[in-house]
Amino acid sequence: MIARLLSHDLPKSRVLAFILAVIVLGLAFAPFLFSGAKALNVAAKILIFIVLVASYDLLLGYTGIVSFAHTMFFGIGAYGVAIASTRMGPGWSSLLTGALGAVALSLVLSLVIGLFSLRVRAIFYAMITLAVASAFQTLASQLSEITGGEDGLSFKLPELLAPSFQLSDTPFLGASLDGRFITYYLVFACAALLFLAMLRIVNSPFGRVLQAIRENDFRAEAIGYRTVVFRTLSNVLAAVFATLAGCLLAIWLRYNGPDTSLSFEIMVDILLIVVIGGMGTMYGAICGATIFLLAQSYLQDLMALGANAVQSVPLLAAFLSPDRWLLWLGILFVLSVYFFPTGIVGKLRTWRQG
Amino acid sequence: MEQTTTLPQPAPRLALPKIDWLPLLLVPALALAALPFVGSTGTWVTLTAAGLAMGMIVFIIASGLTLIFGLMDVLNFGHGVFIALGAFIAVSVLGAMPDWTAADSLAQNLSAIGIAMVAAMLAAGVLGFAFERVLVRVVYGQHLKQILITMGGMVIGEELIKVLWGPQQIPLPLPTALRGSIWLGDAGIEKYRLAAVVVGLAVFAALVLVLNRTKLGLLIRAGVQDREMVESLGYRIRRLFIGVFIAGSALAGLGGVMWGLYQQNVIPQMGAQVNVLIFIIIIIGGLGSTGGCFLGALLVGLLANYTGFLAPKIALFSNILLMVAILLWRPQGLYPVTNR
Repeated sequence: MIARLLSHDLPKSRVLAFILAVIVLGLAFAPFLFSGAKALNVAAKILIFIVLVASYDLLLGYTGIVSFAHTMFFGIGAYGVAIASTRMGPGWSSLLTGALGAVALSLVLSLVIGLFSLRVRAIFYAMITLAVASAFQTLASQLSEITGGEDGLSFKLPELLAPSFQLSDTPFLGASLDGRFITYYLVFACAALLFLAMLRIVNSPFGRVLQAIRENDFRAEAIGYRTVVFRTLSNVLAAVFATLAGCLLAIWLRYNGPDTSLSFEIMVDILLIVVIGGMGTMYGAICGATIFLLAQSYLQDLMALGANAVQSVPLLAAFLSPDRWLLWLGILFVLSVYFFPTGIVGKLRTWRQG
Repeated sequence: MEQTTTLPQPAPRLALPKIDWLPLLLVPALALAALPFVGSTGTWVTLTAAGLAMGMIVFIIASGLTLIFGLMDVLNFGHGVFIALGAFIAVSVLGAMPDWTAADSLAQNLSAIGIAMVAAMLAAGVLGFAFERVLVRVVYGQHLKQILITMGGMVIGEELIKVLWGPQQIPLPLPTALRGSIWLGDAGIEKYRLAAVVVGLAVFAALVLVLNRTKLGLLIRAGVQDREMVESLGYRIRRLFIGVFIAGSALAGLGGVMWGLYQQNVIPQMGAQVNVLIFIIIIIGGLGSTGGCFLGALLVGLLANYTGFLAPKIALFSNILLMVAILLWRPQGLYPVTNR
């Protein structure tokens, strides 16, 4: 049963299986286990990033394509929900319209970018997507009548998901059954579904072709696969999943702006998570996203403590200031490319064998 | 030594490729096409001069990247860091000599900028050396990892700049004598842009001459073609290539000074911003081609100034549109480098 659900792509390492189980159980019961709005926020963000990073891994880890336009599709999803909800008023139909519209736009855009530039070499593609993504970001902040410009859009959700909604007045096992609770489980269910779907895709014959292209596209072409078609499909799939992750983000935050979903920093975050978690393993997205977002949310507090402790040493305090946490993650990133080229998951898998 | 006329000409100096003239026509074509839209000739001259000067500056910042790629096959996504470093060094150096920058004498102003440039090139060169040793050395020949690890280097570099200079925007005013414009009839040309043209042309000429006419350039090009052969002839190609990386980084530092003075302020994120622009330029020009980079930079500079005047809303996308149009015409850029 579990093997079928995971598309027969089992963790293949006891430690990894244990870690994954802890993460999944933690996320599944987060509203009961952790109190406070911040903890639930972090858990929801982990869920959304798992989907986002897994969709990027489909592209980078499984097909070997470096794209910098992934936040563009993430942003399209978030803006889709946000724009539809502000224009049509809160409601399920506007959520659906926004999501569908966003997916349609992403489909077309990714198809155009893919067909246009996947014929060229990897480096070209990386640079072209970087340029396109930055143009899209300026576009989003310029069209302030539609996107709210730099301020972004705040909107309301259907009543069932609104924070003021109460399922019952008495808390259930320590969790208050309000709109946030329901929204969290909506996000959880969607994220789980999307993740399993992606796992299914990469373990299908189609996914094998993608891996063949990653390993040696010349040979894949020689065997008779049209690599351009497969790359474009991989690009489109990744874009659609990223768009859906964006929709979830907008639903959770009830807000979207250029910095929340489009900024280049998120693109860097995605890269960091994929590399630290392990490229070419969907489980890497789970481990990576969890570690990264926990670090992002709590490491900064820790660093603030450290910076206070060494306040008298001028330069050291500047290094430990919470705003500089990206510096340490950057170093971690470089070190992981150096020493753990296969990421946490790859390392754990070979550790058992070796 | 004078050659006798009876002997046949020796083979020309190591295969200078025949120049493809067609892309060169793009620059005047773009300028002429803009004339009817702009209307007044004076404004047109102003815009064209400004565009060419901007092109020269962006050529300097992009040249190092295309040099490193063309010769070492390394795509440095962290190139922006060297540019930002150059600009911040200029802030510190020019800030340290207010007497020279505020003086009315052009000579003093120029020497202040000259010192800033040298300092920036040295700092960027040293950083480039460290970058090559620590980050790039492990990933030669692997484009995917190059992109990832240099991206990581970029993140680290940007944060280090924030540690050293603070995260805020810092003004970088032009020295007194370089402010303002020279008027030719009703066309105004900013003085700083004239200086930029001079520096840009000098860099371009130096690059072309070194690569095509010196023994050093010959060795580098031969090393690109067949590394082992050059090594077996007794040359230390590794040192040569590290030198290329340092030179490319130093050029980025120089470009950073020019770009910082052009924008008249610097922010730590400028590296990432500039990266987008230089990628567009070297894609247009053809990866690894110095001439293509020069041409691409001029086209981008001209187009940015024309559209900035005619339709500021489109200006943001004009570069992307130009890139798309050129890639539709020549998918490998204007001057594809064939040996890759």
